[in-house]
Amino acid sequence: MRLLPRLSDRLAGATPRQLASRVRGLSDRAIAWAFITPTMLLLLAINIFPLIWTIYLSFTNYRANRPNAVVRNMGLDNYRAILTDPDIWAAMQATAHFVFWTILLQTVIGFTLAWLIDRRFRGYGFWTTVILVPMMLSPAVVGNFWTFLYQPQIGLFNYIVSFFTGVSPSSFEMIGSVNLAPWSIIIVDTWMWTPYVMLICLAGLRSIPDYIYEAAEIDRASAWRQFLTITLPMVLPFIMLAVLFRGIENFKMFDLVNLLTNGGPGSTTELASITLKREAFEKWRTGFSSAFAIIMFVTVFGLANIYVKALNRVRSR
Amino acid sequence: MSAGISTAHSVTEPGPRAKRVARALVILYAIATLVPLVWIFLTSFKSPPDSISYPPKVVFQPTLEGYCNLFTTRTHQTAEYIASLAAPTGRCDEITRSRNMVIAGPSNYLPRFVNSLLIAFGSTALSIMLGTTAAYGFSRFKMPMKDDILFFILSTRMMPPIAVAIPIYLMYRELGLSDTKLGMILLYTSVNVSLAVWLLKGFIDEIPREYEEAAMIDGYTRLQAFFKVVLPQATTGIVATAIFCLIFAWNEYAFAVLLTSGDAQTAPPFIPIIIGEGGQDWPAVAAGTTLFLIPILVFTVLLRRHLLRGITFGAVRK
Repeated sequence: MRLLPRLSDRLAGATPRQLASRVRGLSDRAIAWAFITPTMLLLLAINIFPLIWTIYLSFTNYRANRPNAVVRNMGLDNYRAILTDPDIWAAMQATAHFVFWTILLQTVIGFTLAWLIDRRFRGYGFWTTVILVPMMLSPAVVGNFWTFLYQPQIGLFNYIVSFFTGVSPSSFEMIGSVNLAPWSIIIVDTWMWTPYVMLICLAGLRSIPDYIYEAAEIDRASAWRQFLTITLPMVLPFIMLAVLFRGIENFKMFDLVNLLTNGGPGSTTELASITLKREAFEKWRTGFSSAFAIIMFVTVFGLANIYVKALNRVRSR
Repeated sequence: MSAGISTAHSVTEPGPRAKRVARALVILYAIATLVPLVWIFLTSFKSPPDSISYPPKVVFQPTLEGYCNLFTTRTHQTAEYIASLAAPTGRCDEITRSRNMVIAGPSNYLPRFVNSLLIAFGSTALSIMLGTTAAYGFSRFKMPMKDDILFFILSTRMMPPIAVAIPIYLMYRELGLSDTKLGMILLYTSVNVSLAVWLLKGFIDEIPREYEEAAMIDGYTRLQAFFKVVLPQATTGIVATAIFCLIFAWNEYAFAVLLTSGDAQTAPPFIPIIIGEGGQDWPAVAAGTTLFLIPILVFTVLLRRHLLRGITFGAVRK
């Protein structure tokens, strides 16, 4: 192996400058393109091409279960139908409720946990790892086994609630009742993803240099004041990052809720993605659901962009 | 830390009492968060009647029935027929016969589990190969619209999976990739490659360029420098990224349930449909869940130090 480069060096020395780089191996430009092209081709084939296809389908009345039927151009009819469909708005409302409460709970609990862990007590590393476990698990499998925990009477959840509050474990159904079902999915999502927010907040807390607190100590700032004027503002960009990621993920939430409640009872927990699945793969309204998919994608993308701008403003402060 | 700082440090170091309270609260949360998981683990060793008893049983006679039911399919037989059979060949045979049933054959769990393994490892290998080279390209070379391309790669992950599944379903139907392992490997690779590029670019950015430049002055070509200098330096990052890709592919459900039904079905869509007599066979479901989650527990421990980076696409580094 050692001989080869030497030989090419000698050749390179004997050739005019422009040729030299070619003899010593591929040019940097060629390597750059050779390294990036396969990834770009894959993404074009499996992400961009399907996206363009979805945009095309969203203007038609195509149905995937009737491939031979005549495809008609519908113009903007699908979009108009979606924006005036009360079921779609109900799904959007359910999604907003879910996103709002999961993010609020996860941020409050996650930040508190991170703040406690940052006291650096003995064995904090071990307990942090234990807390992280739920977020690594498969949401589908988690959703499935929580249906077992939520069983009225025999389920552990109802039993524990009755143990602490005294209400009979068979007197309420978490996933069967219209009032509790939206909270049943919020509880599971919070159980699963609080560690995520905690981990990011912990990084934020650790990024605050000690000397800032020392300076505040010299100024005799109270602990509460230090928390409000140092800790919170300095962790804020991290909290916002966590909220951004959780917000995007929960806006498109599908797997956990699909297995936990499948949108029921009625359509009380029917989040946007579940409605999309129903329209696309149960009712087979491919054109209509494509339009809904595009609307969802644009919403996520737009919100994320606005949020990233806000995030950058906080960071540069 | 130097001595000068450590004396000042005591000012911000929380007192022993605050530490004790914090410790107690965190341990309380950790234990509470583990209860559902421990419960599933216990349920996998219960008999079906024990699993649905009221009040829920914490102390019970452990049995392997759940695991037996997970791996087998069974049929009912008359007591006379069972008595006429030769002696049972194993523990599972015995348990099954005590319920007036005989083992009819293996269940689909094992093939689904193997599918999960093949698809997860296949897509991870492909994502890492594509991701490492692309990340190196983005890290080291100037190119037009680099930031836009990188943002585009990230944005492919913002699409709701169901939205992507609609055209993929149609496309795979045309190409004959529906319900094939190759189709799933390509699909998971396309999702994972964005994570791989972003994470690996971060890791490669941290390797000083001087290493490669020195190697190239010694006569290495750019490619040789990449393989012999950069790759060995990036090993930790590559392994961490690979585990993240593995976990995603292992856990994925939305694409799997919509695009596979038999040959290429993975474990997540299969576990919820394990049905026993008269409803779900909870011990078998719990057994399937336990076996499915164990690899993830191992990965979590292995990944501890890089977790933060992985879940934020490299936005936060320690």
